[in-house]
Amino acid sequence: MPDVLLRGGCVVDANGDRLADVLVRGSEVSAVGKGLLAPQGALVLDVDGCTVSPGLVDLHAHLREPGAEESECVETGTRAAALGGYTAVVVMPNTDPPIDSASMVREMHELRSKSLVEMAVAGAITVGRRGEALAPIGEMASLGVTIFTDDGAGVQDGGLLRAAMEYATGIGVTIAEHCEDASLAAGGAMHEGGWSSVLGLPGAPAVAEEVMVARDLALARVAGARLHLMHLSTAGSIDLVRRARADGVQATAEVSPHHLSLTDEALVSYDTNLKMSPPLRSGGDVDALRAGLVDGVVDAIATDHAPHPAESKEVPFIDAANGVLGLETALALALTMLAGTGAGRRAGRPPGRRSGAGAPACDGPPSSADRLTTYRGAAPASRALSIREVLAVMSWNPARIASLGNTQGGPIVPGAPANICVFDASSSWVVDPARFASRSRNTPFGGWDLTGKVVHTICAGEPVVLYGEAQR
Amino acid sequence: MVPAARGGSSPAAMRHLLSVNDLGSEGLKEMMRIADFFVEISTRPIPKVPALRGKTVACAFFEGSTRTRLSFEAAAKRLSADIMSFGASGSSMSKGESLKDTVTTIESLGADVIVVRHASAGVASQVASWVSIPVVNAGDGWHEHPTQALLDCYTIRQALGAESFQGLKVVMVGDLMHSRVARSNVLALSAMGARVNLVAPRTLWPVSLDGWPVEGITCDLDPLLEKADLVYLLRLQTERGAGRLLPSLREYAAMYQLTARRAAMMPKDSLIMHPGPVNRGVEMSSEVAEMPGALVGSQVANGVVVRMAVLYQLLVGGEGVGVLDPTAPDVAPAPAALRSAGVHHGAPGPSDTSSDSTPSTRSTPRTPSTRRSAGA
Ligand SMILES: [Zn+2]
Repeated sequence: MPDVLLRGGCVVDANGDRLADVLVRGSEVSAVGKGLLAPQGALVLDVDGCTVSPGLVDLHAHLREPGAEESECVETGTRAAALGGYTAVVVMPNTDPPIDSASMVREMHELRSKSLVEMAVAGAITVGRRGEALAPIGEMASLGVTIFTDDGAGVQDGGLLRAAMEYATGIGVTIAEHCEDASLAAGGAMHEGGWSSVLGLPGAPAVAEEVMVARDLALARVAGARLHLMHLSTAGSIDLVRRARADGVQATAEVSPHHLSLTDEALVSYDTNLKMSPPLRSGGDVDALRAGLVDGVVDAIATDHAPHPAESKEVPFIDAANGVLGLETALALALTMLAGTGAGRRAGRPPGRRSGAGAPACDGPPSSADRLTTYRGAAPASRALSIREVLAVMSWNPARIASLGNTQGGPIVPGAPANICVFDASSSWVVDPARFASRSRNTPFGGWDLTGKVVHTICAGEPVVLYGEAQR
Repeated sequence: MVPAARGGSSPAAMRHLLSVNDLGSEGLKEMMRIADFFVEISTRPIPKVPALRGKTVACAFFEGSTRTRLSFEAAAKRLSADIMSFGASGSSMSKGESLKDTVTTIESLGADVIVVRHASAGVASQVASWVSIPVVNAGDGWHEHPTQALLDCYTIRQALGAESFQGLKVVMVGDLMHSRVARSNVLALSAMGARVNLVAPRTLWPVSLDGWPVEGITCDLDPLLEKADLVYLLRLQTERGAGRLLPSLREYAAMYQLTARRAAMMPKDSLIMHPGPVNRGVEMSSEVAEMPGALVGSQVANGVVVRMAVLYQLLVGGEGVGVLDPTAPDVAPAPAALRSAGVHHGAPGPSDTSSDSTPSTRSTPRTPSTRRSAGA
């Protein structure tokens, strides 16, 4: 591995922002400062105008291996991650078979040889993710698993979840929940509200999420547990977390890039790439998620990268698989939608128009045909995030939640592990799903003009992405 | 009112019929005038015109519906189109084959228009995004059923003998939440000038009245009856009575069935409609179903002519002169009805200008009134 000199960039980490060169030798940062000299044979990268930051950390990726390799595998998923600026991903246990035993954790650890980035494994809370009996949390924890979740669904049985929290607290690991009360969300294909009423689709109401957030926060208080709430999507959820945290509950929260960028109005197209769980919510909910990032109630942006093959999406909306790709667009979406580097301008024809809108709109429902579906508003109390604030929720905060702080998210100082992301925050590009490294194409952001482009990604000293191209 | 070539500015220069909103009030009226012409054709000894000769109408009914499918097929036959019929059962559409593959195959087999029926909302729109031929929504889940609304409007127009429904007081009763017929009819009736009120038990209300251009919604039927010019009863899927949303069918019938007692509260000459088939003893009593003002059966014949109008408009539209040309073989000279329908050479009709130039000004309520906030 050659030494790498990043010359002329702006280093942004938890310590602040400064213009400095960064020299990487082996797997570590060896020097940070102005006018560093390139050692013989070093790869010198001119990163003038770019941001040099700790690598991004994704708390929530579905890499589909084992069991659904036609959608994604560790190799393609982590290549997508590296291209998105990530140097670590936490993979979800809803594989087939699920990661609910020590042997499955070992199997996943063997797949690390195929990974381009650091791969941490989340374990299931219950056997088979069936919500009936506790999985061997202790055995999995002894292999290094620090986060447990039945993601894809929440643990419906409150008594069982309480036991899981108490058990996890005893061994110092975190319980993470996909909050959705199955009986309230039953059959829901989109957010329940005005648009579901117009579109005739069964709705999953906001309260389906909120009752479980409320229950889980109350249980975490009783159990003294560390609780991580995944992909929160409603204003009510954010409010509950805000109040519980003020009350001393050890809860952290993540939101997804798509929930920060789109509202349920986009569903007028019946584009199944907009189907996910939790669903896209209302404008008021988006405002609340953004406000949560501003005031710190929301700790992280996590992709919920959920690849699906075309045949799972080219079906009736109600039958379509839930999920959207995230790793290759997350940073650009966050910078575009939150840091005010652009307004999510769209290249070409916007999606989200009612098909066949050749007919002029007439009276009747919201002339949906004429409305863009990008969410552009911002809460009055909200403000644009700085680049460092975006990095906090995409790098060092998630690294801390996933207990990856030893290798990920730390300040770029001599001796630190060299997990580094270099991006140009002002470079704009048009999302072309055909060029994704992911094995799947299920993104609603195709054709979007985003600002913020990953240039280089260095993982444990290895330049896995150079000039926007994966190196392996 | 002049049918223009596709992409033109006439409301009926539509590319697909996915929603009543693709028609608007202008389009609804124009479609009904075209249907008038086809009524005349239906009375001929050979009720057939070569309008769609050489064209293929594909009926892709992924959800069983004999009545609607037969109606579309009859419409296509009378226009001399070839028919390609596709049902979900007995087809290759098993698990694994994507809907997209299925419909693109239908297109590549030479269909010129696809009539789509599916149990899932939005399928007609999805199909329209995948194929390059026109798509007709013959019912998609809880979403819309525009040709049902068109035939209901046609039936009301016949009964009233009026081009506009301005001021008509309509009370719609039943399972509003799960009804594509309700959604399409509310849009169509209000576009035609009617004032619509909705009645249902609270659990069957739409989640929100966004996009429902109505005067109001209530749980109490009786007070609305004395001013109702038209009571439209929606079919209740009897499994709704299983206890999740309704305590029982008996309780529903007690509160919402149109009985002779309730019908007597309505003004004389009021109309009663039901899209059929009626669950007698649930939505209406047998007595009421037999009443002269009850328009249940007469809608079948109208279904064929409005569907002829839709297929004709989508496939021939503005260019559609030759097919109805008086010199064409086996066709009688185009009657005045056709000219006034604006089909022939796009000549404006002599007497329909005023009703045409009164676009509905009804707008959509923009503030979501969700179930949570609407108050009971
Ligand atoms: Zn989830």
